[in-house]
Amino acid sequence: MIGRLWAIAFNTFREAVRDRVLYNLILFALLIVGASVLFGQISLDINRIVLINLGLTAISLFGIIIAIFIGIGLVSKEIEKKTLYTVLAARPVRRWEFIAGKFLGLVMTLMVNAGLMSVGFFAAVLYVSHGLGRADWPLVTAIYFILLQFVLITALALLFSTFSTPIFSSIFAFAIFALGTFAEDLRGFAQMAHGVTRWAMTFASYLVPNFAALNVISQVAHDTPVEPRLVLLNTAYVVVYATAVLTAAVWIFGRRNLK
Amino acid sequence: MAAIEILGLEKSYTTGFFRNKLKTGLKPLTLTVEEGEVFGCLGPNGAGKTTTLKLLLGLVFPTAGTARILGRPIDDIEMKRWIGFLPEQPYFYDHLTPLELLDYYARLSGVDARERKAKVARALARVGMGEHGRTQLRKFSKGMLQRVGIAQAIVHDPRLVLLDEPMSGLDPVGRREVRDLVQELHDEGKTIFFSTHILGDAETLCDRVAVLNKGELRGVGIVDDLVREVKGDVEVVWTGAQAVGPIEALGARTKITGDVLRVVLPEAKLDQALDALRQNGARLTSVTPVRATLEDYFLSKIDDAKDGASADGAHATEVRA
Ligand SMILES: Nc1ncnc2c1ncn2[C@@H]1O[C@H](COP(=O)(O)OP(=O)(O)OP(=O)(O)O)[C@@H](O)[C@H]1O
Ligand SMILES: [Mg+2]
Repeated sequence: MIGRLWAIAFNTFREAVRDRVLYNLILFALLIVGASVLFGQISLDINRIVLINLGLTAISLFGIIIAIFIGIGLVSKEIEKKTLYTVLAARPVRRWEFIAGKFLGLVMTLMVNAGLMSVGFFAAVLYVSHGLGRADWPLVTAIYFILLQFVLITALALLFSTFSTPIFSSIFAFAIFALGTFAEDLRGFAQMAHGVTRWAMTFASYLVPNFAALNVISQVAHDTPVEPRLVLLNTAYVVVYATAVLTAAVWIFGRRNLK
Repeated sequence: MAAIEILGLEKSYTTGFFRNKLKTGLKPLTLTVEEGEVFGCLGPNGAGKTTTLKLLLGLVFPTAGTARILGRPIDDIEMKRWIGFLPEQPYFYDHLTPLELLDYYARLSGVDARERKAKVARALARVGMGEHGRTQLRKFSKGMLQRVGIAQAIVHDPRLVLLDEPMSGLDPVGRREVRDLVQELHDEGKTIFFSTHILGDAETLCDRVAVLNKGELRGVGIVDDLVREVKGDVEVVWTGAQAVGPIEALGARTKITGDVLRVVLPEAKLDQALDALRQNGARLTSVTPVRATLEDYFLSKIDDAKDGASADGAHATEVRA
C-alpha cells in the first residue's frame, strides 16, 4: 500500500515538474533580488521588514495559486482524460489510495517549491541583515504555517476536483481561500448579529478554513515571536480539517461512476 | 474454476440535465467464461460491450446483479493483481515515456522491484515497441498508443486479460501481430476476453463468442456451433435459359456465364427451385450448400432484434457497411 501511494504521489510530482510548474521560481528570484536591491537604498531596518513581508507573502501566494490550479484537476482531469481507467480498473489500487496519493504528490510538489524559495529567501535575509541568528527562528515558524496553508488548500481543491469541473472548482477554491483569509473578521461580524443570523454566521465562520490564523507574516516581520501554543493549535487544526475534507473527497469519489 | 462469472449484471445510465432519464447500457446479463478460453464479445456500436467491461472492472457500478472474476468478487483488491485491461482508445499520462509508464503500472500492480525492469522491457518488445521506449507518449501515433496499451495490460503477467477492441487503430501488420500475441497468451494458459467488431478476428481466435445487441445477449457458444445454427444458403447451377423467369420469381438474381446459369437461394426455397427447373425442362448441373460464416450468424442475430418492437436500424447498417 505504501509502495502504491508513493508511486502515485511521485507520478503526480513528476507531472507537475514536467509541466514546468517550477518555473515560478524564476519569477520569485527576480522579485526577491529586485526588492533587496531596491529597498536596500532606503534603510537597513525597513529593508528587512519589506523583504520579509514580500518574500513570505510571495512564497505563500505562489504556492496557493499552484495548489489551486493543479489541485482542481487532480481527479477531474484524470476522469476526463480517462487515464484513470488503466490505474483503477485492473490494478490493486483502492480509490482512497488514489486520492491520498494525488494529495501527497501535490503537497510534495508544493513543499519542494516552497523549500527552494525559502533557500533564496534566507539568502536574501542573510544578505540584508549580515547574519542569521536565534532572532530569525520566527521566520521558520511562518514558513511552517505557510506549508500548513498548502495542506488545507490542496485538500479543498482536491475535494472540488472529485465532483466539479475545473472552472467551478477554481472559483470555489479561490472564494473559500478569500473567505478563510477573513475568517477572524467573519467571527467578529457574527458577534454583532442577532438571532438566527448570528447563529448561522458563527457556524459559517467556523466552517471556512481559518487561513488568517496561519498567517503570521507581518508579526514575524516585526520580530515578534510566535507562541509555541499557536504552533500546536494550528498543526492540530490543519490535521483535523484536512482529514475531514479528504474523507469527504474519498466518500464522493468512491461512489462515482467513471464513465 | 470459471475466469469470469456474470450473474444478472445490469446497468442503466442516468442522463439528462436533471439526471432523470434512464438509458439502458446493459440488460441483465448472465455469462460464464472458463479459464484458459479465448472469448470474444461481439456486437454493433452501442451494444453494451464496453459497459460490460467497465462493470466487471468496477469503473461503473451495476444497477443490479453481481459477478466474480477468478473466483473472487469484482471489488476484491487482491484479484486485481491477476488481471490486465486495455480500455478502448487508451489514454495515458503523456508526459511519460513508455518505459516510465509501464514501470509505474508495474509498481501499482505490485511487481517486484527486481523483476520490474525485465518485465517492462519484455512487454514493450512483445508489442513491437522495444525501440520507442524513451520517446514521450505525446509524440506517439494512435496505433503506437494502442500497442503501449496492450503492453500495459500484460506487463504484470496477468492470468486474465480483458481487451476492449484490441485491433482498433492498428495497421494490417499490427493486427496480425496482436492476433499472434493473443494466440501466444492463450498458449501460455491465460484467459482472454475481448470485444471486437472484426468478425474475422473473432472467428480465427475465439474458442467461444457472445453476441450482444442493444444491451442484450443474443447468443453465445462455440463459433462452429453458432454458424451451423444459421439456415444456410444453397447455390443452384443449371443450363436452360427458359427457367430464369420462374426461378427469379422466388426472389433470387441469376448470374449467367455462357450457357451456365447460377443462383444463390435460401435452403428453404430449394424444393421450389428444383420444381421450377423440372417444369421448365432445364437441366440441373449441381446444388451446393454455401457455408455460413460468423458474419451470417452475427447479422441474423442483429436482424432478429431489428424485427423486434422498436426497430432502430442504424446500428445494424453500420455493421454491414
Ligand atoms: N456514460 C454513459 N452515459 C449514458 N449512456 C451511456 C454511457 N456509456 C454508454 N452508454 C450507453 O450504453 C449503451 C452501451 O454502450 P457501450 O459503450 O457499452 O457500447 P459498445 O458495445 O462498447 O459500443 P462500441 O462498439 O461503439 O464501443 C449505449 O446505448 C450507450 O449510449
Ligand atoms: Mg465500446
